Amino acid sequence: MKEIVCKLLVIGAGPGGYICAIRAGQLGVDTVIVEAVKAGGTCLNIGCIPSKALIHAAEEFEKVSHMASAKSPLGISVEAPKLDLAKTIAWKDGIVGRLNSGVLGLLRKARVKIVHGRAKFRDGKTVEVETETGVQVIRAETIVIATGSEPVELPFLPFGGPVISSTEALSLKTVPQKLVVVGGGYIGLELGTAFAKIGSKVTVVEATSQILPQYDAELVKPVAKRLADLGIRVLTGAKAKGLSGSALLIETAEGAEEQLAADKILVTVGRKPRTEGWGLDELDLDRAGKFLRIDDRCRTSMRGVHAIGDITGEPMLAHRAMAQGEMVAEIVAGKKRIWDKRCIPAVCFTDPEIVTAGLSPDEARAQGYEIRVGQFPFNANGRAMTMLSEEGFVRIVARADSNLVLGIQAVGSGVSELSSAFALAIEMGARLEDIAATIHAHPTRSEGFQEAALKALGHALHI
Amino acid sequence: MGEFIIKMPDVGEGVAEAELVEWHCKVGDPIREDMILAAVMTDKATVEIPSPVTGTVLWLGAEIGDTVAVKAPLVRIQVAGEGGEVEAVPMAETVTITPSSPQRGEGARRADEGDALPSIRQPAPSSGPAGLPAGEKGSRTAPDTLAKPLASPAVRLRAQDGGIDLRQVIGTGPAGRITHDDLDQFLARGAQPQPAPTGLAKKTAVEEIKVTGLRRRISEKMVLATSRIPHITYVEEIDVTDLEDLRATMNATRKPDQTKLTILPFLMRAMVKTIDEQPVVNATFDDDAGIVSRHAAVHIGIATQTPAGLTVPVVRHTEARGIWDCAAEVVRLAEAARTGSALREELSGSTITITSLGAMGGIATTPIINHPEVAIVGVNKIMTRPVWDGSQFIPRKMMNLSSSFDHRVVDGWDAATFVQRIKALLETPALIFIES
Repeated sequence: MKEIVCKLLVIGAGPGGYICAIRAGQLGVDTVIVEAVKAGGTCLNIGCIPSKALIHAAEEFEKVSHMASAKSPLGISVEAPKLDLAKTIAWKDGIVGRLNSGVLGLLRKARVKIVHGRAKFRDGKTVEVETETGVQVIRAETIVIATGSEPVELPFLPFGGPVISSTEALSLKTVPQKLVVVGGGYIGLELGTAFAKIGSKVTVVEATSQILPQYDAELVKPVAKRLADLGIRVLTGAKAKGLSGSALLIETAEGAEEQLAADKILVTVGRKPRTEGWGLDELDLDRAGKFLRIDDRCRTSMRGVHAIGDITGEPMLAHRAMAQGEMVAEIVAGKKRIWDKRCIPAVCFTDPEIVTAGLSPDEARAQGYEIRVGQFPFNANGRAMTMLSEEGFVRIVARADSNLVLGIQAVGSGVSELSSAFALAIEMGARLEDIAATIHAHPTRSEGFQEAALKALGHALHI
Repeated sequence: MGEFIIKMPDVGEGVAEAELVEWHCKVGDPIREDMILAAVMTDKATVEIPSPVTGTVLWLGAEIGDTVAVKAPLVRIQVAGEGGEVEAVPMAETVTITPSSPQRGEGARRADEGDALPSIRQPAPSSGPAGLPAGEKGSRTAPDTLAKPLASPAVRLRAQDGGIDLRQVIGTGPAGRITHDDLDQFLARGAQPQPAPTGLAKKTAVEEIKVTGLRRRISEKMVLATSRIPHITYVEEIDVTDLEDLRATMNATRKPDQTKLTILPFLMRAMVKTIDEQPVVNATFDDDAGIVSRHAAVHIGIATQTPAGLTVPVVRHTEARGIWDCAAEVVRLAEAARTGSALREELSGSTITITSLGAMGGIATTPIINHPEVAIVGVNKIMTRPVWDGSQFIPRKMMNLSSSFDHRVVDGWDAATFVQRIKALLETPALIFIES
């Protein structure tokens, strides 16, 4: 097969890779992208998008179920709803399919050449791709590694049979009666919550002392309360030991052994960078732990080889990868760019949702800042009251000397949409006064943001 | 099958590392014994590395432009039988001077080509820890969040495009935020202290040029010389009227294809004669060992401008060369240096150096000693000046000599004596040719 020679080769068409390729194409860089599975990567095919589809369907179903129980204060009553999960999954697949062809269309529009197959490095400038029609050799001046990450497997609970990863959980055709989730991080809780809402009896097994261990206890509290309301059993400090028939054997925090009966066991104990199968050993790139070591231009230790996305470290988030991809494309096109982002917002689509941007109070203190913190609860917010979801709060962390906003966190129903305001405030270098003096539309949950800033300044109006 | 690791050889001149300038092989290439694998550049010369074994190249340990430490793995070769490790032996015979830029480009392309041959493994050239320049490694540390300049993304983008380090910009906004106005002011201040006259535009572009190859060698050598050697520079004027007359007479009978004399051969011969009486200046000083080596041979380095930068070809054994021989050798070496065909020994081993910019020579210079030598003689331009002969001004051809000495081992008295003796010889050039 005739060799392809190009200026930029991107390996992996996930959110990092495809953004990199599109931006490079826009800038007139002769670009090729290689994808082994489907354009869009984990995020679009088996991650963010399909999980949000399932979560939404579960939320809707739960709302109607609640009305059917005749407990709804809204005065609505309905007959008991039914769920056809196979149909839900088909709807989800439809969305994924639409976005999938959308990405391919955008790549084509940017004149990016797409090669389907598994790439393997031959050397730092040359890659072989096993395509359906044979081995395609691609030579490039610059190569971007965007191979992403994959779920971590527990050696004593290998995937297969009743043991599933998030990928399989998003394609189940029937609702498992008993679902055990191993790992109480955001993926496990998002999916566990969704399945509880559509009728599974869910148990979450978390090895540390707190679910969502990366968040502070205050942020997690409303989520823990809701899990309890939904009848989800949460076992913290408990360790999965292995399978016993179709039950999961665990050691509880007290040291006792217990068997958890399960139709499905969902293992969500984290994700690991995909460092195998594409010839990393041949390149011998420097590592930072299990990730590839990169500098502030996403350069690896080898000249002409960049890396972006999950393979480069935490936080493993699609929007971080996208920003890196865009930056690398501009660097390849000859622009001067360095990674100078001040925050990477993160959203946890639990019920209620959690948003974080910048530093938490503890992180800010640990970095040596004198801080002031303002927190405003949604039970004092009109819009939250009218939506029957008063749990949660907005919290702002600012420097005590200059009132410069260092971090913003929120937990509450629908707060994911506040993430843009939070991130913008931090990137713009906003002070508490900037947020406090900005008119926030009434009645919205965003008023909580303004009130939190006022609170930190010492003159909140609604509490 | 075994694996043979070839390491960066000790290329001499006390260097701990050398820059890889060319690969002659690529991964997958079959290699015969004695085939050239790579070229590396040391202080001033390029050294070729031959293969000690026959086999197939498995792995290349650096990319072109990388600095490789001595004894760091350079090439891995798959061989029949047992493998091993060896430090390559550089080829002294085939040494060439710094390649000019086209050659470098060709080398880079060659390394970029993939391997068309099937190979057992597909390793790749990689810059290992030893291959990374120290500066680049340092730049990889995460910036301190506390020190991050406060500015909106749009301001940051403008700064990046304009090559501005925002840490240098004073922010006047709330909490010290850098605004677009602050950036405008910074640009205005940086480009032009006074308001620019109308019609003239400010330029803010910055071109970054990587210091590599010969330029890096020169830079390192200059730093070494100026940081280690306390220079004393002595300037004296010399009346070369008689010397110029003699030179004109000697050149008058030369045919167009014959080398003509410049000032340099006379100066070289005068230096040889003076060094006989004043051996302290024809020496090299190993300051680490604390040993001054006074050389009987007078190997005069001639600082020469080449397209790639400054090199110093050496006229060896000037004490055994006549004036015409000196002239011919200077011309030959300068040409070889300029075309990049000088041999390694023609570019090293000088015991004293002359630097001359000819007509561009200026009135006085402060020459930097060619470490580890202890003296350098700088030639300034010849000018006709009025000179008082006791009763009247007469026009004389005057030339300054600006000479620097390593003051640790050459006293001012000796330096002055050396230059005064040369002055005497050049002012009465017949003395240069009188047997002592």
